Amino acid sequence: MTDETPVLRLEGIVKTFPGVRALDGVSLSILPGEVHALMGENGAGKSTLMKVLGGIHQPDEGQIIVEEKPVVMSGPLDAKAKGIVFIHQELSLADELSVAENIYLGELPRKRFGLVDWAELEAKTKAILEKLKVSFNAKTRVGDLSIANQQMVEIARALTVDAKAVIFDEPTASLTDAEKVVLFEVISDLQEQGVGIAYISHRMEEIFKITDRISVLRDGQYQGTVNTAETDEEGVTQMMIGRKLDLSRNESHHELGDVALEVRGLSCGDLFQDVSFEVRRGEVVGFYGLVGAGRTEIAETLFGLRDPTAGTILMDGEEVRIHSPYDAIERGISLVPEDRKGQGLVLGMNCRDNMTLPQVDDLKAGPFVAEGAEIAIFDQYRDKLDIRTPGWKQLVGNLSGGNQQKIVIGKWLSMHPNVLIVDEPTRGIDVGSKAEIHNLLRELAAQGYAVIVISSEMPEVLHVADRIVAMYSGRIMRTFTSEEVTEENLIAAISGLETEKVA
Amino acid sequence: MQAGKLSKYLKDGAIWGFIVFELIFFSVAGEFFSVSDKAFMDGDNMLLLLKQSAPIGIIAMGMTIVMVNGNIDLSVGAIYAICAVVLLDSMTWAIFEGLGNWVIPVAWCLALLTGVVLGAINGLIVWKTGVDAFIVTLGSMLGFRGLVFMYNGEQPTSHLNWTLVDFAEAQILGLHTATWFLLIVTAAIWFLMNRTVHGRNAYAIGNNREAAVNAGIRVGPHMMINFMIIGFLAALSAVVFYSESGSVNPNDGQLYELWVITAVVLGGTKLTGGAGSIISTFGGVIAIQLLRKGLSHIGADTSTVNLVIGLILIAVLFLDRQLNVKGKEELKV
Repeated sequence: MTDETPVLRLEGIVKTFPGVRALDGVSLSILPGEVHALMGENGAGKSTLMKVLGGIHQPDEGQIIVEEKPVVMSGPLDAKAKGIVFIHQELSLADELSVAENIYLGELPRKRFGLVDWAELEAKTKAILEKLKVSFNAKTRVGDLSIANQQMVEIARALTVDAKAVIFDEPTASLTDAEKVVLFEVISDLQEQGVGIAYISHRMEEIFKITDRISVLRDGQYQGTVNTAETDEEGVTQMMIGRKLDLSRNESHHELGDVALEVRGLSCGDLFQDVSFEVRRGEVVGFYGLVGAGRTEIAETLFGLRDPTAGTILMDGEEVRIHSPYDAIERGISLVPEDRKGQGLVLGMNCRDNMTLPQVDDLKAGPFVAEGAEIAIFDQYRDKLDIRTPGWKQLVGNLSGGNQQKIVIGKWLSMHPNVLIVDEPTRGIDVGSKAEIHNLLRELAAQGYAVIVISSEMPEVLHVADRIVAMYSGRIMRTFTSEEVTEENLIAAISGLETEKVA
Repeated sequence: MQAGKLSKYLKDGAIWGFIVFELIFFSVAGEFFSVSDKAFMDGDNMLLLLKQSAPIGIIAMGMTIVMVNGNIDLSVGAIYAICAVVLLDSMTWAIFEGLGNWVIPVAWCLALLTGVVLGAINGLIVWKTGVDAFIVTLGSMLGFRGLVFMYNGEQPTSHLNWTLVDFAEAQILGLHTATWFLLIVTAAIWFLMNRTVHGRNAYAIGNNREAAVNAGIRVGPHMMINFMIIGFLAALSAVVFYSESGSVNPNDGQLYELWVITAVVLGGTKLTGGAGSIISTFGGVIAIQLLRKGLSHIGADTSTVNLVIGLILIAVLFLDRQLNVKGKEELKV
């Protein structure tokens, strides 16, 4: 394999952003006909590397070499013209247009006078769709397709040009197992045609099934490349995090109080069905599962953002109906949402105003907002949560992720909730602050709050939760106590394997 | 999927159903309330209706493509007035004196060119500054209207050319000249939007701008072309109307932008862009004209007509929203 010329080679790529060295001398080569996995934790630099490759960022140092010719990428289109095609996880489709128009978006075949050559468009699209063995046709409106099928349309786009290298970024995130099989067939077809494939994924089982080599990034640094056949999950994980995965359980348990929140047979259409669980005061319950398993949707339903189609919610043993976040807050339910910047904070407002946002109605001195009371609340929670900011006038947009998250948590604590739901509390937060947030959640439980933590990171749920609810495609598969949970039975549960229900 | 299809047919067909409803309602109501003895669905009356739809209708076709593109143009009424002034005034200019009746095509071309240039100014500003089209054209609406007043003060600009009037009042194959213009424009814009790369790209830009940019579609030029088209059509509308009337007040064309947008929205075009159909816009234009004509047929005055049209517009958008919600699972934001 070594004597082949790589289709794509990166040499010593360095990319710095103010204060961060996002990529630090990354070298990588993709050979024709190989599937090359690129792995690393969140924030390891994978997406920055892709952006450099796609010409969205220009590297500060280093070179991109396509078939032994150094090139400068000026943008995704330029990359595509040079034979480097990206398939992104996020869909980038026009849903009112047909499948064919989306696949050839920006490069519709033309006849004279700028007319669209519909016959050619349909014939070309048909050929691609046949390769993908999909159930829809060229004329289907994209908006009428399922998310998985929309993903297939995105993949179909890669097949319109004579690609030298195709980069898949988490392509299976929204695919069903059957669709994955088709995708892997497409990949092996491309492989046979001598196309080099870069495959970014977090899913170990896929990596070991289809890739030939694995390259690992950690904190922007290239950690090395190994042959897939010569390594195992443990080895790759060690390369990714530089140590063994910390799967330590949460040991300490607090005295549990009464049941604060109980949910019986809650369903919301296709999103989740027949969900029952309870949370006691002083307890942290972790919800673990793959993206799309319905965890966030449960949180949104409890917070009144969705109307359940069946089931009941009981707070302190009393049945309640929650139709809006206003109702939820009244009942003492708080939600720290998944998308901190989009859903949790008003980035252009200062720290104090963000923190007192839900209760500013009550903080009045006559007809005016009581500034003093607001500042007092902010000071109290700044000290309690150790929020590091120059002062309350600081715009939250300028704070670090960890401190932003503390502002959101402080916002809800100041409402004195009974139940605190935190969705992906440490996404995009650095390691040090992660530990702080984890300790904070434990502490809150110790103070008698009922806490629900939704997370996609196994170490996180193992670390903070007293009990772990494993979800798979909208259903609760099993509930573990922190004593009985193991890495294996947890993964089995969230993958939908019911083999050992009573382990 | 089945339910989705049904609601799609309902939505596409709704405007035509509404027109049929109007025809029946005004025919029946006309029997009791009518101020004239003529039946509402009289042939001549319907032909007149088409002719009267033309000024709004021609501009509405342009507004549809601009709105599908994800923009809006509020300056059409002002462009309409400027072009009317150019049309009528240029026929009296000294340099064209020796042309005789050949001054007519020259004046037409000047008026249409003015429309294209004004549209291009709008488009260029939207493209190069990135300022929202609503704000840009709100500004140019005021600015262009100012130009009209600067030109001739409060005085109307008048010039009657009888050859031109004869042409404008002619009926070819039974239809008035203005009606022919409306039909031709509708067909041409339909063709543009459904058969050309430019039209399909316009849909893509309005539907998902980021996807369009990522796919290498040059958003700016497409938007500018669409603003030039709507400028041209506003001018064409002025040409068609003032060829016949021969006199333009500086306030003419005011509120046209709102009538046009009402017709386009009634026809189902989304304010956010990406979806809309020329044929349905045609339906929207006819529906509004029917309503105006029908209400006056049964003796309502202008203010009542405005009230009713306003209520219907809100009702239509409410229905559209109801057809679009995804049931109970939807996230409430």
